[in-house]
Amino acid sequence: MLKYVIRRLLTLIPVLFIVSVVIFLLIHLVPGDPAAVMLGDQATPEQIAALRETLGLNEPLVLQYVHWVRDIFHGDLGTSLFMSGTMWEIIRSHMIPTVQQTLVAIAFATIVGVPLGMLAAVKRSRAADQVISAFSIIGVSMPSFLMGLGLVLLFSVKLGWLPSSGYKEIGAYGWGTHIRYLLLPGIALGFIEMGLIIRMTRSSMLEILGADYMRMAKAKGVSRFRMFARHAMKNALVGIVTVVGLAFISCLGGAAVTETIFNIPGIGKLTLNAVMRRDYEVVQAVVLVVSLLNVLCTLVLDLLYGLIDPRVRME
Amino acid sequence: MDAWTLEQRGLAGVKRRLRREQRQLKLRRFFRSKQAVIGSLIVLLLALAALLAPVLAPADPLAQTVSDRLAAPGGEYLLGTDKLGRDLLSRIIYGARVSMIVGMSVGLSSMVFGMIVGLYAAYYKALDNVLMRICDGLSAIPSTLLAIALMAMLGQSTFNVILALSIVYIPRMARIARSSALIVKEQTYIEALRSQGASSFRIIWGHIAPNILSAVVVQASYNFANSIITEAALSFLGVGVPAPQPSWGNILSEGREVISSAWWMIVYPGLATALAVMGTNVFGDGLRDILDPHAN
Repeated sequence: MLKYVIRRLLTLIPVLFIVSVVIFLLIHLVPGDPAAVMLGDQATPEQIAALRETLGLNEPLVLQYVHWVRDIFHGDLGTSLFMSGTMWEIIRSHMIPTVQQTLVAIAFATIVGVPLGMLAAVKRSRAADQVISAFSIIGVSMPSFLMGLGLVLLFSVKLGWLPSSGYKEIGAYGWGTHIRYLLLPGIALGFIEMGLIIRMTRSSMLEILGADYMRMAKAKGVSRFRMFARHAMKNALVGIVTVVGLAFISCLGGAAVTETIFNIPGIGKLTLNAVMRRDYEVVQAVVLVVSLLNVLCTLVLDLLYGLIDPRVRME
Repeated sequence: MDAWTLEQRGLAGVKRRLRREQRQLKLRRFFRSKQAVIGSLIVLLLALAALLAPVLAPADPLAQTVSDRLAAPGGEYLLGTDKLGRDLLSRIIYGARVSMIVGMSVGLSSMVFGMIVGLYAAYYKALDNVLMRICDGLSAIPSTLLAIALMAMLGQSTFNVILALSIVYIPRMARIARSSALIVKEQTYIEALRSQGASSFRIIWGHIAPNILSAVVVQASYNFANSIITEAALSFLGVGVPAPQPSWGNILSEGREVISSAWWMIVYPGLATALAVMGTNVFGDGLRDILDPHAN
């Protein structure tokens, strides 16, 4: 296991290097002088020169990269042109609503997706299976902005059941209001993941139901319920945990759309606001942090895999 | 076919006949696959709408009629108007142009560049590590976020959307091309070619490339579908196709502002997007069943 962990950790080095180079180079994609573009038309040459100096744009490219990475290792992710506080504080405060929304999304996707996937597997090729499978196809291919707008149109505008936008903190408004405001964005964000979870649960369940040990259990005279709960569920869980883990990552990265629709001050909204105000260092910092989280989550999943399934370690 | 005709036609004739039979088989599979037929009909419909937009659209998509702002569907405006009094139907039809141009360009460019990267990575071991690590790194950045960041730096334009999405989709394509090419590379006929002294270029492009084309084309069709969604999402977020030019994403974004009073601004462009997404995805599934039946 230790060998597996070390090998897996070593593969991180090139990935992190490339990620950092790509994110570092982003600002150099700006046509013309990034400093001038960031400050806009009103800026004086002195201001532009000063910003060039702070951004380190006067140094050779390689040196700029080295300094940039050094600063990151020192915990300095750059400064925002418009927001006060360190970059870490800015990102942390915007990360909270995104994570809360993601948790609602995952909860929705799992609570709806897993039972439906199991039902589809048990009722294989019958009407229930076909309806559920069609539902999961719609889920997988429905873009989240359409889902979000549709939900607002139905549940807020037409029925008036749920608020159409906004974010309420737990501390100031309590859990009930907090969840009520996150319900629609969570469902919109989690809908695609729900489709994926249905698919995954169905196929891994089908595989298990056809396995020899299930036939053995049946031959032994194990009750249908026990067969399902004890033998099938346990084995299906490995696959489901993976999909849920992956869903978490993709929700974190894809929250920009639902945060815009529902006006949630999360990490996606932060990025977009920074884009509009040409606050490029914020954009770079957010992309870096989310990518690092992504790499970290994948690593944890892989290590879990190795722990659960010894065959993975041997590859 | 009996031995006599075989000899008569010679090897070239047999080859030609085999090729024709393959083509017929694929065509038969195509028409038997409900998905492929429905999918390609929808894609064809959208492509026609995009191509014939000036003829089909009842009005100029940019012409503003201030007195008819947010007119409900029906009457003079079949699908209503937006808050600047522009005809919604015309804007949706012209929006199909953006979707199709972006979808096809990204599908094609990711296919070409992904194939180049994948083939050379599979063929030259030394290149493999470098190219694949770059792909790993690029795919470690969540795709929506990478696309937004790229658009932020490059600036808003249809071309930059295509550029940004190509950068996002090429690594995945390269991975698929590489893994297919690795299998083909180990086949005996490639070894035979090498022992005959065929050049690397000829082996790669003349013999490996055609054999991985199916897998690559299928993935390109999914990239086509995904880039239509992502373009709409980017334009919806205000970092895609710039404002006066109609795209389904930015029509929906304007619709969001008037969602409580003008449902048609959400429902119709939403339906168009949903139809395109479903159609292109079903088209991809159908294509996979025909070209790459083992993948499923």
